[in-house]
Amino acid sequence: MNYNLSHLKQLEAEAIFVMREVAAQFEKPVLLFSGGKDSIVMVRLAQKAFFPAKLPFPLMHIDTGHNFEEAIEFRDMLVEKVGARLIVRTVQESIDKGRVVEEKGPNPSRNGLQTVTLLDAIEEFKFDAAFGGARRDEEKARAKERFFSHRDEFGQWDPKNQRPELWNLFNGKKQLGEHFRVFPLSNWTEMDVWQYIAMENLEIPSIYFSHKRTVVNRNGTLLAKSDYITLLNGEKYEEKQIRFRTVGDMTCTGAVESTASTIEEIIQEVASARQTERGTRADDKRSEAAMEDRKKQGYF
Amino acid sequence: MITKAENTYLDMDLLRFTTAGSVDDGKSTLIGRLLYDSKSIFEDQLEAIERSSEQRGDGYVNLALLTDGLRAEREQGITIDVAYRYFATPKRKFIIADTPGHIQYTRNMVTGASTANLAIILVDARHGVVEQTCRHAFIASLLQIKHIIVAVNKMDLVNYDAEVFEKIKQDFTDFSSKLSVPDIRFIPISALHGDNVVDPSNNMPWYKGGTLLYTLETVNIGSDLNHVDSRFPVQWVIRPLSDQYHDFRGYAGRVEGGVFKAGDEVMALPSGFTTKIKSIETMDGPVEEAFPPMSVTMTLEDDIDISRGDMIVKPNNQPQVGQDIELMICWLNDKKLAVGGKYTIRHTTKEARCIVKDVRYKVNINTLHRIEDDRTIGLNDIGRIVIRTTSPLFYDSYKKNRATGSLILIDEFTNETVGAGMII
Ligand SMILES: Nc1nc2c(ncn2[C@@H]2O[C@H](COP(=O)(O)OP(=O)(O)O)[C@@H](O)[C@H]2O)c(=O)[nH]1
Repeated sequence: MNYNLSHLKQLEAEAIFVMREVAAQFEKPVLLFSGGKDSIVMVRLAQKAFFPAKLPFPLMHIDTGHNFEEAIEFRDMLVEKVGARLIVRTVQESIDKGRVVEEKGPNPSRNGLQTVTLLDAIEEFKFDAAFGGARRDEEKARAKERFFSHRDEFGQWDPKNQRPELWNLFNGKKQLGEHFRVFPLSNWTEMDVWQYIAMENLEIPSIYFSHKRTVVNRNGTLLAKSDYITLLNGEKYEEKQIRFRTVGDMTCTGAVESTASTIEEIIQEVASARQTERGTRADDKRSEAAMEDRKKQGYF
Repeated sequence: MITKAENTYLDMDLLRFTTAGSVDDGKSTLIGRLLYDSKSIFEDQLEAIERSSEQRGDGYVNLALLTDGLRAEREQGITIDVAYRYFATPKRKFIIADTPGHIQYTRNMVTGASTANLAIILVDARHGVVEQTCRHAFIASLLQIKHIIVAVNKMDLVNYDAEVFEKIKQDFTDFSSKLSVPDIRFIPISALHGDNVVDPSNNMPWYKGGTLLYTLETVNIGSDLNHVDSRFPVQWVIRPLSDQYHDFRGYAGRVEGGVFKAGDEVMALPSGFTTKIKSIETMDGPVEEAFPPMSVTMTLEDDIDISRGDMIVKPNNQPQVGQDIELMICWLNDKKLAVGGKYTIRHTTKEARCIVKDVRYKVNINTLHRIEDDRTIGLNDIGRIVIRTTSPLFYDSYKKNRATGSLILIDEFTNETVGAGMII
């Protein structure tokens, strides 16, 4: 007998371990669900962690309102199938309540505003741990993120004061009002996620696959035509064969030109890709330290 | 259809390694080189570092910039925390725990080493084996890393001289005879120019061994995990309470040692009751055998009372059970270890409290000498201590099993993780 596990099986076992630790160490965890491929993988891992029982925590979607229709349909279908409880909190509500002010300009992004909605929701439900699907390979500032990431009572992350994390001994101790973000996919790369989707035969929203869509090229980012975008001088819409590498706020999620129409083709494409996934996100380009700043404030 | 060629990722395995070296030995350059030459760097990342290199006035694209993450570090130009990096070849996926080498950062090295299979220790060919080299090797050995690669870097600055390399090899071997690392290898490289990193060097025909990447891809780690002493710390009890699984009661956890099969006779600790494994469940169906590091759910023939923190083992191979525990500790916090102080501990899935009874000695991590006249243990110190726990732990020596032999100490007021312990 050969007692070896493939890298995907090892990553899976690690993520399941982390999810069970959270269920055991916290009183009110929640899984942040965006409808994107990473959160779809997270839901599958959560199912595996607690099988044959249902998930011992709800899913929560922080909705910017700038959604791809396909992603929302998919979200509702998945929630139904898994039999999970879904909580939705919207940035629009936060705007209406005066908690945040909408950006001005031709493509006002609500990505930054999400942070407030998220922190308000965490407080509203008294969640003490929130699972996120973030991976360390996504961005420089994430490379030092822990599996169990402590947030103070303002929901903030202090990169200089993180708890050391040794072996698989996770320390989820906290004071009242503080919470943790937990990242079971920390050690996964974009490639691992795609390979896992293939291995598990997971369904994903159609916008990940190649399709024809009307887009505008804004500073090198292909943005989908939508009600939330206004053309600038000299810009024009064009029809292109594209797909999305992430699912997020429509105003800042860039498409890539692609003909990949199956998971295997996507894997091939990722293997030869010349841009990181985040390279297609307009909000990270604003400055090199953009992500780090948003994280400190309590971003995902 | 998935063709065989596309499907190779299904049998790739995983290697975790740390990198250690003194400041300026070329660690960041080496990691940048590995990522770059294995084509794990994307165009936009490369553009970003090209821009930064230019801004900083570096005369060339500074690959080292790829691996320093946070702004404070960018400003000071040093790495101050463990950062994790990823790359893959068709054979293996690699997780790098990149740890800084300054004297005050033993804490980070220990953290990075705690999950690593292998350590790369960088030595500057011009400086040879220095105090820090010894410290890194000691920490790797203390943390039970079974494989060390000593990468002798900047060979270009010593004219690719075989004698320089041989001298360093000899010095390191002399020192490391005091350690317990079964597999030590030496590779002469130039991280800056790429010699022997991914591609064999034309400048060092005298070196007959494999390149660094080849070694990382082929080192055998299959036998490093403990497949003998069966240990299953219970993490969570699964009780679906649904009609379909009305009587289901499963013990979820990760196998931390040995092999478990359906039908095996097992014993639950602390109760000592014995029963048999009825099935080993996963959502993909029952499995015949479970071994480290699988996460599974066990069902048992008899209804015995088991909860989180308990451990399922084999009756003929039990761990030690006790409350008075001797351990090596690495201190991680500014606030010193207090003899007589009380701490929360986490050991496998169990939480308990402990009181520190005694500090036996402190280790001079450069010479490995015991210091017995100054036993204060502060940040980055390593020493041997004795604790008494509020309830019995089920443990093995760290040497025998990294999972059942390790524990952390948590400050009861600040909740910070303050100590990393390895049971003797
Ligand atoms: N000549 C030469 N210089 C090197 C080599 N590797 C690194 N360096 C240089 O040594 C300096 C320190 O390297 P860096 O990677 O930042 O070191 P770190 O502090 O260990 O991360 C930089 O100026 C590098 O360009 C090498 O193999 N040969």
